[in-house]
Amino acid sequence: MADHSMSEPNRRDFLFLATGAAGAVAGAAAVWPLISQMLPDASTIAAGAPVEVDLAPIGEGKAITLKWRGKPIFVRHRTKAEIEAAKKDDPEIKIDPEPDAKRVKAFEGKAQEQWIVVYGNCTHLGCVPTGFAGDYNGWYCPCHGSHYDSAGRIRKGPAPKNLFIPDYAFQSATKIKIG
Amino acid sequence: MSEHHSTYVPKTGIERWLDARLPIIRLTHDSAVSYPVPRNLNYWWTFGGILMFMLVAQIVTGVVLVMHYTPHVDFAFSSVEHIMRDVNYGWLMRYAHANGASMFFIAVYIHIFRGMYYGSYKAPREVLWILGVVIFLLMMATAFMGYVLPWGQMSFWGATVITNLFSAIPVIGDPIVTWLWGGYSVDNPTLNRFFSLHYLLPFMIFGVVILHVWALHHVGQNNPAGVEVKNYAKDTIPFTPFATVKDLFAMVCFMILFAWFVFYHPNFLGHADNYIHADPLKTPAHIVPEWYFLPFYGILRAIPDKLGGVVAMFASIAVLAFLPWLDTSKIKSGRYRPTFKIFFWIFVVVSVLLGYTGSQPTDKVVLSLGGRTVLDMVGFAQILTAMYFAYFFVVLPLLGLFEKPKAVPASIADAVLGESKK
Repeated sequence: MADHSMSEPNRRDFLFLATGAAGAVAGAAAVWPLISQMLPDASTIAAGAPVEVDLAPIGEGKAITLKWRGKPIFVRHRTKAEIEAAKKDDPEIKIDPEPDAKRVKAFEGKAQEQWIVVYGNCTHLGCVPTGFAGDYNGWYCPCHGSHYDSAGRIRKGPAPKNLFIPDYAFQSATKIKIG
Repeated sequence: MSEHHSTYVPKTGIERWLDARLPIIRLTHDSAVSYPVPRNLNYWWTFGGILMFMLVAQIVTGVVLVMHYTPHVDFAFSSVEHIMRDVNYGWLMRYAHANGASMFFIAVYIHIFRGMYYGSYKAPREVLWILGVVIFLLMMATAFMGYVLPWGQMSFWGATVITNLFSAIPVIGDPIVTWLWGGYSVDNPTLNRFFSLHYLLPFMIFGVVILHVWALHHVGQNNPAGVEVKNYAKDTIPFTPFATVKDLFAMVCFMILFAWFVFYHPNFLGHADNYIHADPLKTPAHIVPEWYFLPFYGILRAIPDKLGGVVAMFASIAVLAFLPWLDTSKIKSGRYRPTFKIFFWIFVVVSVLLGYTGSQPTDKVVLSLGGRTVLDMVGFAQILTAMYFAYFFVVLPLLGLFEKPKAVPASIADAVLGESKK
């Protein structure tokens, strides 16, 4: 090699580079399955298929917790007073500004603002907040003291985001499909 | 000690035969019998041996527990109760393993503080020190994953909170968390992989311990005087019997404490909520990690910003690795540094108080004047966090420049004989 180091690249240089490149690609290809096997497997994904939720039994001022994909989901039927209070506070949302209208979904063009559907995990570190609690009578997380309002918006505490809204849509006025 | 030459002489024919092929008896003799140790080592130096004992004890009890444990969300909790009630001496194995983790951390914290007081991280022991920090990190990962395995409420919610720390990473945080979980939440795939890694990591610790001891034996031990060995005949004594017997005595004393917990207060260091089966829909009112993580948890909660808290928590451990370069003093031992000594003990108290803040509710009042809250637990933790980092980034760099140290003895022999003359 020493004889050739200063001269034109030769066939041996090419073979070294090509072998090295092929080895790197093969190495990466071998590592990928080892990383990928840790991602959600087929059965986990299948078990996380969409679910339908009947809203009819949930009275005004009540909420239910259901489990989907191993996580709690809160479905809350807000009272008129709660909706008004949440709307009035729109300019007060400082941590993760979002108007109340963005927290609800519509059915046939009409906003279903009495229904709040959110993941029941605090956006801080994932604890399950307690319902109808905290300074804003929304949710209160006992772990590190985050306060959410009735729209699931973070108002006070260490959580950086509003409670996440799962992918869902109204099937009818009293039925939603999550996922 | 690089100049230390082998003094092993094979006595029998078999030993000579083996020595020419695999000099393993020579290696053992040189590193555990004739290895010269500074003659002034005090009892704070026995914790390395105690830690070695704890690692072996954890591996032995752990291997036994795995023979009876089932890593599945439906069976894990009851298989732990099966170990407690049905398996012969299962209660002993589990209590020894669970309390053993705590004992391991008590010993490692004393070991770390000893190194910080006597400047054991300074040249030429930087690599030795950094390997120690690596062992500490591996220990923390192992302990965390082990705590998840019984699948109680604290197991589940501890796992949820700690894995969610990674969601603070911008952009790729959430995909990383899904990857760590193997699903959409902490669930069976998570339990299975934690079990696998909890079994693997202690052996990785064992590997790094070998490097740690190798580095130690290459540069030689630091000592309370903080001066290097100059004359082997005057400054050192052979490891066996002197250090061996002293280590064994300290180990027995330590085992009394260990046994006291195992036999009299086996659940004192644990949390009652972990005897409730994991429930993904209900978070315990007050989540606390095991006591040995509390100071870091205190730092995490002190920062009101999620990413900031996570960064501060990891930084509080990572900063240890930079200690050799943050401390600018040429003097190793705190014994000859009057000002350092004061700051060191303040640092110890700050670390303990941070642990206290981590164990308390965030809105608890620490100080109130005339009915008005002056300081709550978060505020208190913020002050302590500032003091914690100030020790590394302000006190240690400046102290080396301004402090006037006391006279350091010329040699270890002088340090010992000087003391006895008084």
